[in-house]
Amino acid sequence: MTTTACFIIVSRNDIPIYEAEVGSAAKREDAAQLHQFILHAALDIVQDLAWTTSAMFLKAIDRFNDLVVSVYVTAGHTRFMLLHDSRNDDGIKSFFQEVHELYIKILLNPLYLPGSRITSSHFDTKVRALARKYL
Amino acid sequence: MIGVGKIKQYSNVLDKPLSKGKQEVSLSAFAFLFSELVQYNQTQVDNIAELERRLEDAGYAVGARVLELLCHRDKGNRRETRLLGILSFVHSTVWKVLFGKVADSLEKGTEHEDEYMISEKELLVNKFISIPKDMGTFNCGAFVAGIVRGVLDSAGFPAVVTAHFVPMEGQQRPRTTILIKFAEEVLQREARLG
Repeated sequence: MTTTACFIIVSRNDIPIYEAEVGSAAKREDAAQLHQFILHAALDIVQDLAWTTSAMFLKAIDRFNDLVVSVYVTAGHTRFMLLHDSRNDDGIKSFFQEVHELYIKILLNPLYLPGSRITSSHFDTKVRALARKYL
Repeated sequence: MIGVGKIKQYSNVLDKPLSKGKQEVSLSAFAFLFSELVQYNQTQVDNIAELERRLEDAGYAVGARVLELLCHRDKGNRRETRLLGILSFVHSTVWKVLFGKVADSLEKGTEHEDEYMISEKELLVNKFISIPKDMGTFNCGAFVAGIVRGVLDSAGFPAVVTAHFVPMEGQQRPRTTILIKFAEEVLQREARLG
């Protein structure tokens, strides 16, 4: 089953600190840019929604054609955004929770400046492995 | 011969599970480390305000990380969206993890709407420090004020946080008060959320 999925981590100051195309569909050049555009446009909705609930997983908050945007907000207001076409809510929630743990481990590094780009290739490998497992 | 034998496999920190953390850390080790931190910064600056700012910045980095870690570990992934919620989170959960006990008191300021105070009879970082007379109002509690500011700022409640000594009658050492003054937008958002 081929799925399109684009995963972005956006910091508190609305700067993307990590992005990855994690779907199993073949990549097209223009599709990646469109995905990022859709995710950035959804940031406004996330901002309002984040203050109305104390849960971290905000489910599907926006749609574009047949693609759905799901968002997970951490305590420090770092947003994990996933653009996907599947309806697997539980799998997506588990995916977000596992990535959250990885993110906390990166954050605990005293030499990591919060809000800067995540450049660890090991982190990248693990996120893609989790995406294959849960999405 | 050096170098002969099994090569040690270094596992990446991302592969290790997030531990519960040590419940206790040696107080003397911390006091030693903190005194070195203060002394190092003293050699780098020319005035007291700069020294306080550096201690605060050191605390800010701790606060940002403590917020994420504690919300994940102790609060089962629930964020704080209200002012009183985040203040009681700082007053109990953060204090308990960092200093082993909840803070002595949490008060709302009487003169201004946006001021809150967390008081502590004897702040752990000040326990082994005495301030010489010529340093005036300098307070090493600026480190703790930085931690609180880091927590509040990362959670979306920007504030100015400072540490002050408040002399108490009948006690030899003054009480330490962390004064939190929230930014305008925090109060507006609180009013909007009702």
